Amino acid sequence: MADFALTRRFAGRSSIADAAFKASTWCFAVLVLVLLGAVIIALIDGALMALERFGPSFVITETWNPVRETFGGRAPMLGTLITSAIAMLFGIPISFGIAVFLTQLCPVWARRPLGVGIELLAGIPSIIYGIWGLFVLAPYMQAHVQPLLIDTLGALPLIGPLFAGPPLGIGMLTAGFILGIMVLPFIASIMRDVFDTVPSMLKESAYGLGATTWEVVWNVVLPYTRVGVVGGIMLGLGRALGETMAVTFVIGNAHHLSVSLLAPGTTISAALANEFTEAVEDIYQSSLIALGLILFVITLIVLSAAKYMLIRLQSRTGT
Amino acid sequence: MTPTLKTVTRSLAAGALLAGLWTAAEAADISGAGATFPYPIYAKWAEAYKAKTGIGMNYQSIGSGGGIKQIKSKTVDFGASDMPLEVKDLDDAGLVQFPMVMGGVVPVVNIKGIQPGQLRLDGTVLADIYMNKIKKWNDQAIAALNPGVTLPDRAIAVVHRSDGSGTTFIFADYLSKVSAEWKAKVGANTSVEWPIGLGGKGNEGVAALTGRTDGAIGYVEYAYVKQNKQLIYALMKNKDGEYVRPESVAFQAAAANADWAKAPGYNVLLTDQPGNASWPISGATFILMYKKQDKPETAKQVLDFFAWAYKSGGQLAESLDYVPMPAKVVDLVEATWKREIKTPNGQPVWSGPAS
Repeated sequence: MADFALTRRFAGRSSIADAAFKASTWCFAVLVLVLLGAVIIALIDGALMALERFGPSFVITETWNPVRETFGGRAPMLGTLITSAIAMLFGIPISFGIAVFLTQLCPVWARRPLGVGIELLAGIPSIIYGIWGLFVLAPYMQAHVQPLLIDTLGALPLIGPLFAGPPLGIGMLTAGFILGIMVLPFIASIMRDVFDTVPSMLKESAYGLGATTWEVVWNVVLPYTRVGVVGGIMLGLGRALGETMAVTFVIGNAHHLSVSLLAPGTTISAALANEFTEAVEDIYQSSLIALGLILFVITLIVLSAAKYMLIRLQSRTGT
Repeated sequence: MTPTLKTVTRSLAAGALLAGLWTAAEAADISGAGATFPYPIYAKWAEAYKAKTGIGMNYQSIGSGGGIKQIKSKTVDFGASDMPLEVKDLDDAGLVQFPMVMGGVVPVVNIKGIQPGQLRLDGTVLADIYMNKIKKWNDQAIAALNPGVTLPDRAIAVVHRSDGSGTTFIFADYLSKVSAEWKAKVGANTSVEWPIGLGGKGNEGVAALTGRTDGAIGYVEYAYVKQNKQLIYALMKNKDGEYVRPESVAFQAAAANADWAKAPGYNVLLTDQPGNASWPISGATFILMYKKQDKPETAKQVLDFFAWAYKSGGQLAESLDYVPMPAKVVDLVEATWKREIKTPNGQPVWSGPAS
């Protein structure tokens, strides 16, 4: 009898607690959507003035003239995409190499210190990367890397113009390079984690058939972990697209776009960080918010594309 | 109610009570928001004033744009802007504007063999350099100003601020005054569409880029030159044709020679002012307040604070390498307060310095 009462009491309590718990987790989940919606509404509301005044030409014109109050976002938009692309170009192969080494080749005793070292890279605040970029990397690029690029790649047809111009040290290439270093730990540590999930049996079987390490990585490990690898890359890309301080320090902050990667440029987040505080005129502020909206849309497109790719991959392999 | 919930509610109630007390304590303080350039001195003044009177001042350095927005929405007692508002904008919003403290902008260069103060420049040459019309240091126009100085056959690398800044506004305004072409093509604002050059973030960014690039020219705030002895500043030719050194007295001379009395809203830019000692690229930072004050007691406290800062804050300002306003200008500003800042029933809010 007493047992029965106790059970009933617990049952009653837990159902209330359960319901409360369920409701509160619901609230938290919905809160995310509400916040997202609020951000979108605030951005559109703020950008409306600029979008009405300049229309679609906002994304294709390059003029950014706070004095005459004509604004176009082409330079920062393309700057964002180009620097992120350079970052991925540096970041992905190096991260892949790191992950392969750590999971397949590295002696066991060195795994932990190396792994921790890479994760520590992720913990460095971006302003430190910016300062390091300005005072250490940029002078080095100016003195050694850029003159070399100008003399070698700059002399080639087709890609030559990409590496033309004086070696200034700072510019799109340096910014992309810093971004590449910054996304390294994100991509590398995710790749390492997913590579570790590959069952030894699969790898051992491939080795047993006489496969080389490279063949095992390329034909067994990578296909098995595809989804995780793409996810890691997208996480890195997301970081590169939105990175602000480090880029602001080394990109040169010029609102015009040159063919040369060595020339100064700007990105959306750098332009916002630079100009928002002293943007007095309404249309100036509105144009900056419109840039923010564009960045939001770019990020949304990138993430949706990534999700779509993942779904395609999964349905194709049937996993 | 479960015990846990009770505790939560109780602490929430206590929190609300505390928050209430805190706001009550805050209400005695005055608040302002705006320009980042004068933040260090406003903060220093606030500290000294609080020690003396017990009245604190909260200043949020959120940028001139934010300061103007906040004063217009009346969330602060005063706004601060590096760029003076036009008289029409002031009248539309019912605001009074007055200058608080000054600074100067100094061109700095990096040319091998040139010492601080050795290179002489004038407005036209500076404008032509920033418009990419003068491309090399051994150009005729520069050589003509510098007899006896050997300048290298080296390309000029132009450096400017990348962030919106009052410093850029003062610099661009000076170039607009001395070069019609600059005025027509570029103009003046806290950031402009630069015809050429690299953007560095903040004074330190410009100084770093200039210091590192052979043949570079940039512009930084005076305080920055004074604190970094290795920066090679140039002498500037002023309106009277004299070459002047960037010094506190030269900025004060510019402010003293400016015709404040005839400028409504103190909309005077201290660039290219007459006087043989005036530094041509000087500027002030401004305070914005409402003409009609709904809370006259708070407004009086704000004005008392500024009156104290004018009278006793000069030394603190100089210790941070700002330039205090000359007495002549202070008298004009205080007369403006008496004349224009009123209570809802038309009485002046401030009638003279507190004894």
